[in-house]
Amino acid sequence: MRDFIRFIIKYHFAILFFIIEAVSLLLVVNYNAYQRSSFLSSSSSVSGGIFKRYNAGAEYLMLREINEDLARENAYLRSRMPESFRASRDYFNLVNDSTSMQEYIYRSARVINNSTNRRFNYITLNKGRLNGIEPEMGVISNKGAVGIVKNVSDNYSTVISIINTRLKISAKLKESGFFGSLEWDGTAYQHVYLLDIPRHAHVNVGDLVVTSGYSSVFPEGILLGNVENVELEKGASFYRIRVKLSVDFKSLAFVEVIGHTSRDEQLTLEKETEDD
Amino acid sequence: MISYLPRYIFNFVFFTLIQVLVLNNIQLSGYVNPYLYILFIITLPFETPGWLLLLLGFSSGMVVDIFSNTPGMHASATVFMAFLRPYVLRLFAPREEYQPGTIPTMGYYGVSWFLRYSIILVLGHHTFLFFIEVFSLTHFFSTVLRVISSSALTILLILVAQLFSQGKKQGR
Repeated sequence: MRDFIRFIIKYHFAILFFIIEAVSLLLVVNYNAYQRSSFLSSSSSVSGGIFKRYNAGAEYLMLREINEDLARENAYLRSRMPESFRASRDYFNLVNDSTSMQEYIYRSARVINNSTNRRFNYITLNKGRLNGIEPEMGVISNKGAVGIVKNVSDNYSTVISIINTRLKISAKLKESGFFGSLEWDGTAYQHVYLLDIPRHAHVNVGDLVVTSGYSSVFPEGILLGNVENVELEKGASFYRIRVKLSVDFKSLAFVEVIGHTSRDEQLTLEKETEDD
Repeated sequence: MISYLPRYIFNFVFFTLIQVLVLNNIQLSGYVNPYLYILFIITLPFETPGWLLLLLGFSSGMVVDIFSNTPGMHASATVFMAFLRPYVLRLFAPREEYQPGTIPTMGYYGVSWFLRYSIILVLGHHTFLFFIEVFSLTHFFSTVLRVISSSALTILLILVAQLFSQGKKQGR
């Protein structure tokens, strides 16, 4: 026993190193389990608060671009208002009943932290559970899809960004309707790759890539980007398509979080079918 | 030893904030991410006991982790670097040993000693960090390129930071 204690005292530095290192590596490996507790992520109230204060200052530098974006979006929305369409008096009027008709609810939020330079990029938003935001909600900006909500605290939420190698999004080609999965390869933040498009599909450079609407996170048809380059390896049966993202992740300021009102219903039904 | 305390508390907070608010937003061609916060561990006093060194490495890495959503990654890399530190210090010890009352900075031991010392620690930290980050050897060469380019920028920033604090120390 005395020898054992002497051994520990003699090598305490190395032993402590291995213990701490094992704890850290466990944290890395169990990453997803720890993320669920949201304690160690930037949606926690301490780091969220610091980012919020920092962002309040930094935002002034971007006001001009934000204004332009908002004005453009205002104009777009105005063009979608009923008054913007020629009314047809001969037919019935469409009644928008908010309880049964509304499928998606949009909540605006501000980006208070954002990164583009890592392999796992996350965005922090200034709204959380108290504002009705829940995990697995889709996030879009006025230029296209941005990511999916990952963790939520009372007042903040973190979003796993499209340029994060851990995220795959179901996407389709708008022209031909073929769908595949959209993945980031971890290099440049302007490009992602659309995989699993079969080789008999027609793909042209410039084709729009939109969300497929199969995942219950995003509505169908949210813009993701356009085809920039089409590769087909010899003997491969699927294309590897490089997509230029429509969203500039460097200049994100305001986003909208999409709530799907009948999402639980869809998921329960799909799960029942799988279990049968 | 105690007289160093306020200065190191300041260093810890200052370098962590610089890291998470400024440097984490730097991106040059997707390869270069400087990590200046490790300067805190590099300049700790010679007399720092080993266990404290490891715990400080863990906590400073963990704080950066919390801000960048990567639990454990920076912590493990910084602990690894803290583990290397005593051996690197012994390797580069001058013939007359380290003088009591001095700390491992450029002001006390000169540019070339400090460069050799910090280059090894920075390379150790960055290699560990970037390989933990990709968690595989499939992107081996692009990861090595990231390690080298990021280390170069980190060392440059460390030198600049040391130059800024040098005048203060000589007046001491």
